[in-house]
Amino acid sequence: MSKTINLTLKVWRQEGPEKKGRLETYPARDISTDMSFLEMIDVINEQLTLDGKEPIAFDHDCREGICGMCGAVVNGHAHGPEKGTTLCQLHMRHFSDGDTIVIEPWRSRAFKVVKDLVVDRSAFDEIIQVGGYISANAGGAPDGNAIPIPQSVAELAMDAAACIGCGACVAACPNASAMLFVGAKVSHLGLLPQGRPEAAKRVQSMVSRMDALGFGNCTNEAECEAACPKEISITNIARLNREFLKAKFFSPE
Amino acid sequence: MRLDAKIPSGPLAEKWDRHRFDLKLVNPANKRKYDIIVVGTGLAGASASASLAELGYDVKTFCIQDSPRRAHSIAAQGGINAAKNYANDGDSIWRLFYDTVKGGDFRAREANVYRLAQVSSAIIDQGVAQGIPFARDYGGLLANRSFGGAQVSRTFYARGQTGQQLLLGAYNSLMRQVGTGKVKMYPRREMLELVLVNGQARGIVVRNLITGEIESHSAHAVALCTGGYGNVYFLSTNAMASNVTACYRAYKKGALFSNPCFTQIHPTCIPVHGDYQSKLTLMSESLRNDGRVWVPKNPGDKRPPKEIPEADRDYYLESKYPSFGNLVPRDVASRNAKEQCDMGKGVGDTALAVYLDFEDAINRDGKDVIAQKYGNLFQMYEKITGENPYEMPMMIYPAVHYTMGGLWVDYNLMSTIPGLFVLGEANFSDHGANRLGASALMQGLADGYFVLPYTIGGYLAAEAFQDAPIEHPAFKETTREAQARVERLLSVNGKRTVDDFHRELGHIMWEYCGMARNNDGLNKAKGMIQSLRDEFWENVKVPGSNGDFNQSLERAGRAADFLEFGELMISDALARQESCGCHLNEGFQTEENEARRDDENFCHVSCWEYAGEDKEPALHKEPLAFENVELTQRSYK
Repeated sequence: MSKTINLTLKVWRQEGPEKKGRLETYPARDISTDMSFLEMIDVINEQLTLDGKEPIAFDHDCREGICGMCGAVVNGHAHGPEKGTTLCQLHMRHFSDGDTIVIEPWRSRAFKVVKDLVVDRSAFDEIIQVGGYISANAGGAPDGNAIPIPQSVAELAMDAAACIGCGACVAACPNASAMLFVGAKVSHLGLLPQGRPEAAKRVQSMVSRMDALGFGNCTNEAECEAACPKEISITNIARLNREFLKAKFFSPE
Repeated sequence: MRLDAKIPSGPLAEKWDRHRFDLKLVNPANKRKYDIIVVGTGLAGASASASLAELGYDVKTFCIQDSPRRAHSIAAQGGINAAKNYANDGDSIWRLFYDTVKGGDFRAREANVYRLAQVSSAIIDQGVAQGIPFARDYGGLLANRSFGGAQVSRTFYARGQTGQQLLLGAYNSLMRQVGTGKVKMYPRREMLELVLVNGQARGIVVRNLITGEIESHSAHAVALCTGGYGNVYFLSTNAMASNVTACYRAYKKGALFSNPCFTQIHPTCIPVHGDYQSKLTLMSESLRNDGRVWVPKNPGDKRPPKEIPEADRDYYLESKYPSFGNLVPRDVASRNAKEQCDMGKGVGDTALAVYLDFEDAINRDGKDVIAQKYGNLFQMYEKITGENPYEMPMMIYPAVHYTMGGLWVDYNLMSTIPGLFVLGEANFSDHGANRLGASALMQGLADGYFVLPYTIGGYLAAEAFQDAPIEHPAFKETTREAQARVERLLSVNGKRTVDDFHRELGHIMWEYCGMARNNDGLNKAKGMIQSLRDEFWENVKVPGSNGDFNQSLERAGRAADFLEFGELMISDALARQESCGCHLNEGFQTEENEARRDDENFCHVSCWEYAGEDKEPALHKEPLAFENVELTQRSYK
């Protein structure tokens, strides 16, 4: 049954990338427990607007957990405390009356703060640009059933392909590593026969771009897997490492 | 105005082949001399951008999100149709064509729909080549399922995330072209105006959403791939940023808008839970295979569902439609749910919901079988509502989720403005008055991968272009218009927020131009929208400044356009004095309360031409000729 709760929010406010940020405190009263976390911020923002203040900037779009646009660190957890849940799918029934909630942006050298809770994740697009694809121009594809792919392989590829590119893995990692994101794409494409011809080039290009963009290395903390709203497994990082070593030994480019 | 759809002559099955031969070509070495702007990076925009760049054109691609991968195509769950006949169950291009035309209640263009069915197979091949992990059988071949009323299994899928996987395939191809330098990507830009030079679409004016700067971009042609306008209802299954602005601005520059009142309302969504709700979530309609829809027989019966005995329950779909029962098409299921709630029989806190009950199915097949079929959907439902659908019936209610109307395009996907092409949900062309399940993904990708790359060449090769760099006076003038509008929004400084206005508009549209419409209501709504719009420009409060990341300002611009566009939808609904597909005017029903078409007077596409501020737009008609299918009446009793 729905009820209402009162909360205290401590929200990171930062006017721009070069500006100094700070935590501001806002009361959140009569919040329905049926609301999503983002709807709760909507309510606060309506009030801030009417009070003549700047509403809190935050990224969001589909609000059904698939576009990867939303995300903030809530009480120290990327996307909040619920496992396998994006911030937009987190509901207020998981909080109690009187709670204090601290809301901060993703923090990483590679993700600069744009404003308040909004960060610049274009580094992910840059990594995909250098190899996160199969080079297949429209028009020349053979029949879809020309190459049978074992169901188990297709399922494993799909597990990795489910990544929504939200960046929670980077935010959760003490090294701000993007290895889960890169590992998921290298696995998705490398597991499939169509992806093999470019596999060695792909993994080397993506890893070197990832390093150049300022992401850290993986030290097996597994925080990324715990924070991932799509529960992408860190075995994808192991596969990334194997692909990378194999490429370096056998197909230097 | 005479609308020439440029449908090629000859037999239906040969039209596209003939047309491709007749189209002029741009020499491979000359393609790089042409710039093309693509607005939007959903299935249509991403696939078009990638394909045009692969051909050698220089492409500039724009999206409002921080990355092109986030466009709302990503949220499509169910699947994509293709006439592969892999299931050996009698499917064919002709059958997919026929199902689509009939499903659209005979208000789509035959030639366009046939072409869509023709290229459907190539989309699957392209997707597989890109590495899309479609579901497969044990033997490793592609799996199919049946979907949305079709009698054959022609739907390809990737778990419940088909849209995501298809979009990421197109996004990866787009990123590859960004890497080669053939596509220049402009994320976090919102198109505010279309720029015309010499009557041709030659560029756009956008707002940089980070800096607030108004930028000009020029090209030889512009392709709008900006999706649908479902958010005119405020609450819909669309993403928060989905909007009509790009299309509406093009309409105001002279592009005709077709069938704006055709909006699809999906029957199985999670109901509204309160005034603060920001969006609605769809639950796959496959649930109606095993769930039984019911409401209490007596209005106002507030007992928990388990305490309501069989005798006091009304399984209204089963009683009203004995042969189709809970599996009636989307428009029928939606209208009936609304009717029950209007009678005061709705359930839940808001009384705007009906039950979808799995108790009988669980008793019949066991919980495990039901969990295997619908486990992920039950889990999603529980995450959002906090209720366990194995124990309690689900509560569902219809929600807006797709718009069949859009900018008018000819067979080449070109609007009435030369050089302005419109793809995917943003155009009107293929779904008539009702879209079938798993057809939206097919159309977006067909347009982007396999139609525009041919037809745009025909336009570019045949047209003469004068120099029109961004220094041209037309760009300066259009930039001033856009700037003035932004400043006007910021200067009102009233007492109501943007969302407050938008929500009120949504209520009006939903009440009077939603699942069932009547002339009195539509006329009333027209006045209500006009006064709301007047109030908006006197009393809206947009905080912050122009030179900044300002999400309130973004929303204000979109809401302002919705406040005008809503009225156009009402005009369109009023002009169509018949019922067809999604458009049910209560004055035109069969004895069974189904849509009664008037093929004699309304077998046409309604095309609206902007006539100036506060003037009634002019209505033009493109007659629809059906030479290959016979017009019939749908019945589900």
